[in-house]
Formats: sequence, structure tokens, C-alpha cells
Amino acid sequence: MTVRTAEILMAILCGLCSIGLMVKSAELNIGWIEDRGLGAGAWPFWLAAGMLLATITTAVRWFLKMTPESRSLDLYMSKDTVTIVGISAGAILFLLIGTHLIGLYGALILFLFFYLKFIGRHTWLLTSILSICIPIFIFCLFEWALKIPLPKAWTEPMFYPIYDLMYS
Amino acid sequence: MDSIIPLLGAGLLEAMQPVNFMMIIIGCTIGLLVGAMPGLGSVNGVAILLPITFLVPPTSAIIFLAAIYYGAMYGGAISSITLGIPGASTAVATVFDGRPLAQQGKADKALIAAAVASFIGGTVSVVLFTLFAPPLAIFALKFGPTEEFSLMVLAFATFIGLGGDDIPKTVFSILIGLVLATVGFDIISGQPRLVFGDIAGFLHGINFLVLAIGIYGIGEMLWTLESTQGKITAHNVKFSFRSVFAHLKDVKQYLGTTILGSAIGFFVGTLPAAGATPASLMSYGLAKTFSKDPDSFGKGNIAGVAAPEAGNNAASTGSMLPMITLGIPGSPTTAILLGGMIIWGLRPGPLLFSENPDFVWGLIGSLYIANVATLFINIAFIPVFVKVLQLPFTILAPIIYILCVVGGYAPTQTMHDVWLMFLFGVVGYLLRKLNYPVAPAVLAIVLGPLAERSLRQSLIGSHGDAMVFLDRPISATCIGLAVALMCYPLFQKWKRKHFAQTA
Repeated sequence: MTVRTAEILMAILCGLCSIGLMVKSAELNIGWIEDRGLGAGAWPFWLAAGMLLATITTAVRWFLKMTPESRSLDLYMSKDTVTIVGISAGAILFLLIGTHLIGLYGALILFLFFYLKFIGRHTWLLTSILSICIPIFIFCLFEWALKIPLPKAWTEPMFYPIYDLMYS
Repeated sequence: MDSIIPLLGAGLLEAMQPVNFMMIIIGCTIGLLVGAMPGLGSVNGVAILLPITFLVPPTSAIIFLAAIYYGAMYGGAISSITLGIPGASTAVATVFDGRPLAQQGKADKALIAAAVASFIGGTVSVVLFTLFAPPLAIFALKFGPTEEFSLMVLAFATFIGLGGDDIPKTVFSILIGLVLATVGFDIISGQPRLVFGDIAGFLHGINFLVLAIGIYGIGEMLWTLESTQGKITAHNVKFSFRSVFAHLKDVKQYLGTTILGSAIGFFVGTLPAAGATPASLMSYGLAKTFSKDPDSFGKGNIAGVAAPEAGNNAASTGSMLPMITLGIPGSPTTAILLGGMIIWGLRPGPLLFSENPDFVWGLIGSLYIANVATLFINIAFIPVFVKVLQLPFTILAPIIYILCVVGGYAPTQTMHDVWLMFLFGVVGYLLRKLNYPVAPAVLAIVLGPLAERSLRQSLIGSHGDAMVFLDRPISATCIGLAVALMCYPLFQKWKRKHFAQTA
């Protein structure tokens, strides 16, 4: 896909998003209510209308080839970019899904292991040390120092002995 | 002036409290590291680390974050010189002469000039900040909701007029930030708004940190991965303490232009859309203009390293001036600091000086101390920072992703916000590839609730008469300036056409 194609596709998506926001805002009062002022939906409705107008302007400028992006026939994403960015974004996605399934700490270990060993091609020793030490550091910082419990899914009971030690 | 000195003295004492002093040292060191990392700057560091500041009182927290901001401005030069890749956009101009100097084997000379110039820039700007902040805060006490809203319109107009980005895309970015700020319960009627699919996570609104970490954490890292393909090599630096003293003698070569660049950087930094990047470029341009040997710029002139570093440091302090006195952030980083202040229960603006003098003067005092501390930490740890820069990017990247995920989770403790953050990061990256500016959206999500409240209060007070914004002199001036700024790009276009036709 060229940058020119991506530009118009993004404009269409942004336009649809603006219309969706206008429709959703219009579920509330978008006019003036006597003695109470602007209705709850008015501010977001007119902001979304402004977004739509800005998007239409971008589309018109694309049609007239007024911007560098609308004239560019370069690839929007090269094969190398898709690989490196796609793998990174995929790894984060995996981390988030893993957090729901096995809790954050388990997902962190797997995420670090995957990133360091298979993307970074680091040694087994370095991969193992970082995959274990970083989750421990995160636990100490958030759960112990900041008192912010991080999601653990079904692994929660495994942490009870540590909590007993921390709070006894 | 007499009234400022005791307050400043109290501020310095507050900043010297053990916990605050420790925050300055840690913050400056982290800032230096963050600033030195390619693709990361003060805004990324502050956004990612804000959630961990809940550990300390608000004064210590803002001192810590301001120290990161300060340190990052110093640190940007390290990667510009040793890697040839600016740590952040604010250090782009430093590459022009810093990289050639490194290639000539004079990286140590360039690094020391950058540190000293940053110190001069920081000193000039902190003094200007101290002088300008109290009178501006007193003036801002005249502001009601009408003036507040007009001032915010002016802040957004500076992005359109001076941002230099595609105008419709800038407008879109501002408006989407404002819309995202409306998600959740309406501030007056209490009705839920824009709660998509009745998802409960939207009811508490979209925390500005979710957008900030998404865009400046995830999105920025994806952008850096694309631009560097994960391959970064550091230039070797020969460094000894004897060379530090030898290079300190070079100061007289760039002192004049550095002071001038610092003053300009400070005032450019106070403008919401301008910030440290144009300040450093302007400072570089001035140094070249006033140089006796302008042709040597771009080939390794030491003044070409010093001038932009002084400019970007001064601008970072300048951007805090409207944040503290008016409640309007001067840069994306100060927008996040402002959001943090709201989380800590403070209301940024003129009343902050009378209601929380310890906080304000503690922050100002910390800037003086951070300036000195960063100079010493920077020079002493240059070899360490260069070693850290040689770390493979595949170790740094997952650590930053993890900090983003836990940082996105911490404020509200819901996975909903982490998913949103990921979505914003990816969408922000895709938009940025098409030249959509992302900074206005972050500013807008922070200012959105304040803008809506002041607009609605003004309209209720005037019974729906929008002319109220033109009836009051300060408000009318702001609106007039905003209109002029929005017309400025059209004027520039007309001028270019006119000159092209006459030439």
C-alpha cells in the first residue's frame, strides 16, 4: 500500500470515527437547556463535527494532491518495517492476553523470554537473568513500595505466602 | 524583588529537604539516561514514570518529574554526539556539529560544551522564571472562566499557527484529544457520555496518562524501531577528568551566543506550540548568524553544539511558566506534569502561588539545584551513559514496553485502560506516519475538562450569549490573538506566492 492510499484510507476511517462520535453524542441533549446551559452532548457533538470537517478538508487536499503524503507513491510500510514493528506490537498483544490468562508476572516472564531470546538473540544466561529479575523488580516496586496490586489471574493464591511475609 | 528573595530562599530550603534532594539526584540521573536513549525524551520519561510518583508527597513528586525533564534536556546531547541520532527532537540541532566533532575524535569536547551550555541555558532561564512567574500569577488572578476558556483557545491556536504541521491534521488532533476528555460522566448533569458498548471502563473517563503513555511510550518505541531497524552503534569517546578541565577553557568561545540563545529559548519555550525544538533551532541559527566563521557550522564548530543545548534547556524551564501561573502547559511534557498536579489534588493556575506556596517555590528552588546537580552528574557519568547507549536495543525495548503496561495499569488499576493504551499507541504510530501531529492531542486531553467547564460556566453566566468572550478585554485580546495566529499560515502562504510572482 502506498502512502497516498494510506492517507485517504486514514481520512475515511477518521471521518467514520467522527460520524460515530456525533451519533453517540446526539443520544444526549446537544442544544441549550433553559437555566442549565449547554446539554451534556453539545460539547462532544460539535467537537466531533469539527473533526469531520477537518477530515473532509484532508480528503479534499488529498484529491487535489496538495500535501506531500497525497503525492507520495512510496510504500506506507516496507517489508522490514512490517516485520520489526509487527513482531513488537504482536509481542505486546501477547503480553496483554497473557496477563488475562496467567496473570501479569507469568506473562512478563514469557514476554521477556520471547523478546530477548527470539528477537534479541541474547544468550540463555542473560535471557534467564533478565526474565526473572525484571518481574521481581516490578513486584517490589508496585506491590511492595507503591501498594498497587497488579493483575494475577488464577495465580493469585500463589502470592499469598509472599503477602503474609510482606504484611506480617 | 525584595518579596521574591525570602520566598526563593524558602523554596531552596524545601528543595534541599533530604527526600526532595534525593528526588532531584535520582530524577536528574534518570532524565539524563532517558534523554540519551534514542527515541526517548523528557515527555516519554515523565509519562512512563508519573505513576510511580504516587509513592511520595506531591512536592517531591513534581520535583522528581521536573528533574527528569531537566536531565533529559541535558541527556539529549549525549546520543546526538556519540550516536549521531538525537535522543529527542529537541536535540536535533546538536547533531549538526556534535556528530562531526565526534568523527574528528573530539566527542569529549562536544559533550562538555553541551553540558556547560545546558547549565548556562538552565541558569539564565531559571532566573527569568523566578522574575516573571510572580507578576504573571498576580495578573492571572483577574481571570474568570471566560478568560480561562479564551486562553485555552489561544493555546490551541498556537499549535495551528506556529506548529508548522499540516493544519487540518493539527485541528483533528486537538479535537480528538478534547473529545476523548469528554468520555465518562458529564461534569454538570452527571449523565454518562460516549460510553461505547456500555463498557464500564469508560465510565471513569479516559485518563490522560493512558493516551500519553500509549503515544509517547508504545507509539514512540514502534517509531524508533522503524527508523533505526533496531541497529544503533555508539561512537567511541575518550574521556578523562584532565580533558574536562582543558575543555572548560573553551567556554569563552561560545559564552555570548549561549546567553543570547538561552534568553530566546526561554521566551520561545513559553509558547504552547513552540517548545524546545524550535528554541534550539533558533538558537543554532543565531549562533551561526553572529559567528565570525559561519561556514564552519555543520563541520564541527563548538558553538554549534553549545547554542542549541542552551536553547532547549532554557525552553524547558520556559514551558513551565504558563503551566504554573496560568494552568496552560507550554509543552507536551508540562501537559503531563499539569495532569499529574490535578491527580495530586492541586489546581494549577494563579491561585497555586497563594494556596500552595511551598509547592510552587519548592519547585522553583529545585530547578536551581537540579541545574547544578545535572551538570556534575552529566560530566561525571559521561563514560557510564556512553556504555549504557551501547546496550542492545532489544534489551531496552521490552523494559520500556513493560513499564508502559504497568504504568498504564497503575492509575485506575483496570486492564481496560491498558488495552486502550495499546490501541492509542498503535493508532498514534500509524497516524504519525501520515504526518498527523500527536502532541496537540495530549495537550487537549489534559486541558479538555478545564476547557469544557469554563465554556459552560461562561455561557450559563451570560445566559447563552457567546459574545461574552468578546465583551471582556482580556478574553477579547486572547480571542483576537487566536484568530490572528490561525490566519498566520494563510498570510505566510500569500506572502510566499506574492514574492514568487514579483521575483
